[in-house]
Amino acid sequence: MSFKSPLGRVLGQGSHSGTQHWISQRITSVALAVLGPWLVVSLLTMPDFSYASAHAAMARPANAVVTILFLLAAFHHAYSGVTVVIEDYVPAKGKKILALLVLQFLHVAFAVAGIIAVLRLAIWSAV
Amino acid sequence: MSARERPLSPHLQVYKLEYTMLLSILHRATGCALVLALLGFVAWLWALSAGPVAYACMTTVLGSVVGKLVLAAAVTGFWYHFTTGIRHLCWDAGYGLDKAQARRSAKIALVVIALLSAASLAVMFCCGGRS
Repeated sequence: MSFKSPLGRVLGQGSHSGTQHWISQRITSVALAVLGPWLVVSLLTMPDFSYASAHAAMARPANAVVTILFLLAAFHHAYSGVTVVIEDYVPAKGKKILALLVLQFLHVAFAVAGIIAVLRLAIWSAV
Repeated sequence: MSARERPLSPHLQVYKLEYTMLLSILHRATGCALVLALLGFVAWLWALSAGPVAYACMTTVLGSVVGKLVLAAAVTGFWYHFTTGIRHLCWDAGYGLDKAQARRSAKIALVVIALLSAASLAVMFCCGGRS
């Protein structure tokens, strides 16, 4: 028998940050609606897909900025989306927390790897 | 969780499949698939930054038949999620929510996706380089 009131039992049981999650997913989607096509078009309009062309395209400062912004927004957006999918389809609490934890680490790791790769292209090998 | 069978509220299976519904499901499906494409893009960036040898390995993989199919699917999936995503943003802003408008925007979205994808694939496989 619990001494908690019915309200006390349910408070904090639902989402703690639903609105913020929803809004940040929209903000990143607006950013990606600009950055995504920019990146896809700049990749597709390279003269060819040789190492020299790809390197020259990605090392250009404007493209490096766009690519890094794209990676930040895309991984944030991807993780928000994946979170909703996991929350919808994985009912068990333990499995859900584990899946979200693993996915969050994976997203952060790949985002950092992508940014490091762009910096390496744009700065360290720009000589 | 208890082992007892809990009653489920009416879900996907009780509705007749409408194309607007299919578009919505595909928006989520392409979203999930694009996460994999994003990981692939990072792998490509990493290979490019690692030098010509690593990049040559990457182009060999991407230049194979399977690689080309994956690239084509990724580009089409990107334009799909982009276009239906804009449709979702319009709904979020409160526009186009009634049934007739939703059906019309679904058709417009499909045409836009087909045009953007066809143009991208043409540039990728015909005009552009040999990946």
